[in-house]
Amino acid sequence: MSELRSLLNKRILILDGAMGTMIQKHKLKEEDYRGERFKDWHKDVKGNNDLLSITRPEIISSIHKQYLEAGADIIETNTFNSTSISQADYDMQELAYELNVAAAKCARAAIDEYLVNHQSPITNPKFVAGAIGPLNKTLSLSPDVNNPDYRAVTFDEVVDAYYEQISGLVDGGVDVLLIETIFDTLNAKAAIFAVKKYFREHPENEKEIMISGTITDASGRTLSGQTLEAFYISIAHANPLSVGVNCALGAKEMRAHVEELSQIANCYVSAYPNAGLPNAMGEYDEAPEMTAGFLGEWAQHGFINIVGGCCGTTPDHIREVAKAVKGLKPREAFLEYKD
Amino acid sequence: MNTKNNYLTLSGLEPLVVRPESNFINVGERTNVTGSKKFARLIRENKYEEALSVARQQVENGAQIIDINMDDALLDGVQAMTTFVNLVQSEPDIAKVPIMLDSSKFEIIEAGLKCVQGKCIVNSISMKEGEEKFIEQAIICKSYGAAVIVMAFDEKGQADTKERKVTICHKAYKILTEQVGFAPQDIIFDPNIFAIATGLEEHNNYAVDFIEAIREIKQLMPLTNISGGVSNLSFSFRGNEAVREAMHAVFLYHAIRAGMTMGIVNAGQLAVYDEIDPQLRELCEDVILNRKNDNNEATEKLLAFAETVKSEGKTKKKDDSWRKNPVEERLKHALVNGITDYIDEDTEEARLKYPRPLEVIEGPLMAGMDVVGDLFGAGKMFLPQVVKSARVMKKSVAWLTPFIEEEKLTNPAALSGSAGKILLATVKGDVHDIGKNIVGVVLGCNGYEIIDLGVMVPTDKLLDTADRENVDIIGVSGLITPSLDEMVHVAQEMKRRNMKQPLLIGGATTSRIHTAVKIAPQYDNGVLHVLDASRSVTAVSSLLGREKEELLRKTGKEYEDLREQFSKKHKKELIPYHQAITNKESLDWSSYQPVKPATEGVKVLKDFDLSSIAKYIDWGPFFIAWEMPGHFPQVLTHEKFGAEATKLHNDALAMVEKIVNEKWFTADGVVGFWPANSDNADTVTVRTPDGDVKLESLRQQLKKAANHYNFSLADFIMPASYGHDYMGAFAVTIHNVQTHIDRFLADMDDYNKILVQILGDRFVEAFAECLHRHTRKEFWGYASDENLTNDELISEKYQGIRPAPGYPACPDHTEKYKLFKMLNVTENIGIRLTDHLAMDPPASVCGWYIAHPKSHYFGVGKIDRTQTEDYAKRKGMKIEEVEKWLGTVLQ
Repeated sequence: MSELRSLLNKRILILDGAMGTMIQKHKLKEEDYRGERFKDWHKDVKGNNDLLSITRPEIISSIHKQYLEAGADIIETNTFNSTSISQADYDMQELAYELNVAAAKCARAAIDEYLVNHQSPITNPKFVAGAIGPLNKTLSLSPDVNNPDYRAVTFDEVVDAYYEQISGLVDGGVDVLLIETIFDTLNAKAAIFAVKKYFREHPENEKEIMISGTITDASGRTLSGQTLEAFYISIAHANPLSVGVNCALGAKEMRAHVEELSQIANCYVSAYPNAGLPNAMGEYDEAPEMTAGFLGEWAQHGFINIVGGCCGTTPDHIREVAKAVKGLKPREAFLEYKD
Repeated sequence: MNTKNNYLTLSGLEPLVVRPESNFINVGERTNVTGSKKFARLIRENKYEEALSVARQQVENGAQIIDINMDDALLDGVQAMTTFVNLVQSEPDIAKVPIMLDSSKFEIIEAGLKCVQGKCIVNSISMKEGEEKFIEQAIICKSYGAAVIVMAFDEKGQADTKERKVTICHKAYKILTEQVGFAPQDIIFDPNIFAIATGLEEHNNYAVDFIEAIREIKQLMPLTNISGGVSNLSFSFRGNEAVREAMHAVFLYHAIRAGMTMGIVNAGQLAVYDEIDPQLRELCEDVILNRKNDNNEATEKLLAFAETVKSEGKTKKKDDSWRKNPVEERLKHALVNGITDYIDEDTEEARLKYPRPLEVIEGPLMAGMDVVGDLFGAGKMFLPQVVKSARVMKKSVAWLTPFIEEEKLTNPAALSGSAGKILLATVKGDVHDIGKNIVGVVLGCNGYEIIDLGVMVPTDKLLDTADRENVDIIGVSGLITPSLDEMVHVAQEMKRRNMKQPLLIGGATTSRIHTAVKIAPQYDNGVLHVLDASRSVTAVSSLLGREKEELLRKTGKEYEDLREQFSKKHKKELIPYHQAITNKESLDWSSYQPVKPATEGVKVLKDFDLSSIAKYIDWGPFFIAWEMPGHFPQVLTHEKFGAEATKLHNDALAMVEKIVNEKWFTADGVVGFWPANSDNADTVTVRTPDGDVKLESLRQQLKKAANHYNFSLADFIMPASYGHDYMGAFAVTIHNVQTHIDRFLADMDDYNKILVQILGDRFVEAFAECLHRHTRKEFWGYASDENLTNDELISEKYQGIRPAPGYPACPDHTEKYKLFKMLNVTENIGIRLTDHLAMDPPASVCGWYIAHPKSHYFGVGKIDRTQTEDYAKRKGMKIEEVEKWLGTVLQ
């Protein structure tokens, strides 16, 4: 049994909070993003947060460290958009592999620094999850309303892009892969396909997969139209360590989905909601205690194994969440029957 | 709490779980260029929009999966598959169902897999090009997360005989499960449906070979599913749709019974087994079952018959003779055959004939739907046909609705106001609802509006409905012990959601004391235990009237007193577990001669004779269910309700007669016997052919007076040191009770609905009693000379016991897993365990057989942690888990 698995049997694990929200607080300018290496790049790169893993690694590592200090057991790499397909927006598709290696190293470095001043890794291990985001192109939906059979990208292209990202993350030293914010299940299936392919070719590096889908609104469906149970059935072949929901909803709106997953999933269940729904200014303003109140209540009902935060959450949110679930029993993955 | 289930799960935008009770999954066949000329033409001409409407029609007609095939020499298959599947994905009405990707070229299948987000079925892969290719393709399917259809095909060719079909499927199964890592339930076999009645005698047995092969495949590999392309069967009757449809219906009728789970059919065109011209049906049966077919005799007869139908051509299909029947008959005909052509005029005629429009619905329309329900329940009609019937019904009701509305306006009495809204449900994980239904009817008769959510209702759904419907009172019910926890959950959730309605608790395991101690403290706005239906009326009327505060205050006080008493006295003196073991009853084993069971292993008894079961019915509990307590037959002359009881008894006897004569129910049972020994403590090791199974018993811990023992079931099995002993197990179920419940429900006939439901329970108990007797006298034979009257049987004067897991002598429900596995209960007789370990269908009983003359029933009573710790260790379960399941017996 992996270290992560045995820890999951003992307690609820804490995932970190938003990366983008924290980067915003630094109010970085175009030249901050470019750094020395890209000072003459032919396109604006401000907003390419993943690039900061190369140009401002100290900022990324310090954000990771704040989450570790707040009590996160698992931190996510800054790689939400680090695929050749998503980076094409900045014409930086060639950098995809390097971005993933650099981001994984930022996360590892943060953990190493954290451990210098804290308990030994044996009693309190920390993990890096390689974040695999949803892409800016989708396989199930046509971007052209007059051409419903058109697709902006092919399955094979998506597999190739994810394969490159996975090899970067693994080479950079992640402990587990997290396919997240899935709003089109077919993109996720391509990611799973790439993961399986990569580990068939590199069996010595095999890592577990965590999967997290996104229910976009009150309809209870993914953006690509699937119900939560249909989504779970569609990705179950990944044999994931955990399945969960994140993003789009605040904890209040997410509760019923988390409860449903906790009833149907044959693996661990994760959930990392946004800090409420955005207000009129497009900002997330749910107080850390409120988010923590919701998540603590889920834990009391035995719905979850892994909790954290998505858009708008901060180290303060994670600190409160960690407090709220501390000592509460994790959900049992499933009743195993032994003769 | 989650238990892994082993059903095939598929998905489009919505999930499709293929459960044993799913009956038959229709796979729409019309989006296939090789099978539909129209579809092929549309694709070739690039008319994809129209081609999509073919797919939509399939789904509307009841296809639960659609099969897509683009194998045409004139097409670029990869491109056509990609375009069409992409288009399907953008149509939620179609994309909601899972897709079956059908091609003989694997590259076309893979092109489809790259376009579908849901879990598909690949149709098909096989060993026709050798094992290596087969494995390679299987691995690819698995990477896309698809289920596969495996054709019975190897390098020697397609399997035609039963033996070859079974051998090839079994070999493929071993490769897929052992080498590729496929889950057994993701494997679907297609053992080849070939054309019969071709004139060649060697083809005559093909249907029989298929049916017999699937029977064996399901026995050998019970988790797998079976599919097939049905229209191949009637290939030699091309152009003669009437005969083809009849052949398909007859074939499916037999194949489904043998274990066929899905088939590729034209969902819009399936004949109803019972509606087929009897002469044609008989001829089809002969040809399909290869009867009376020497020298192609049956084939010739069917061909001759086909000629007569053919010459009549399409006119045969438009046989309008039924139009001459009375309007009631016409409505029924239209409903059963799904014909909407004349429904408006027929409905109008009926409306003018009947005094009130509502009576048209309650009369002829319901009568027609009853027939549909019966045919469907008997497997003689399939989902698509029922969908059509429902459509006819809807159209007819739509015609009547304005008249009903109008009547309401002119006659406000028809708009009787309701005294209050009551929401009822059986909690999640539980399927028992007799009591709840009675409560619903009784309250309904008292003018309350009842919303009944049925069984297995999740708390969320219950409380959401309560909010939405703004109900006045919520009532929950349950029979099995885990339901008690679920009720606590309901109360907690009501508090969390700040609800205001009072919560009523009812059902056989519930009690005033449990409600007071465990449920009431969770919710502040009123929790009331209601003992039976008659009391529910007083409770509800008080809660909705001025007495509400007073009643809640009184009950609150009463429950508080109960809690206090409970905390004072519930701590009965227990002795530590190890000490309880030493105070076991030691039987005189040295002089005991165990009888070796006459039956070895497992014996399945399908479709058991209902008349012999009926003799064992115990009428006492029947009257208790109707809230007429007392001994039978004294209850029939009871001074208060004797007359009603007699009437009820007569109605029940009449229904029992119908149940037996018209075969309303199907009684299936399974028994098994194995060598077994105890370990001098509480473990019994049973030696089954699949290995040893350790059964764990619980032991009484109550401090006993001198010479009284602390019992455990394990004490009745011989310890290994004395030699071999034996034990047995059984499970019995009554199928189809629900069919009749639903039938009466549709008829709004609550009386007969509850009657049939209670009789279902009585039948299954009687069946258990009947099998126990067969076991004592024959199957095991330890009391072969027993000769007892029915009264003696009811008072259990026989030797040996049949305790049931979850009941007082062995209160742990989770032991059912072992029993189900040892007897292969789900596969053998179709009982399923819910995740709270209730049995579904609800009319089911299972238990252990123990033969020792001194064995007897007892209740384990309260136990403490000294035992649960040991028990958890023995069961390999966490202590918390054990405590959860044993909640009700913990000190």
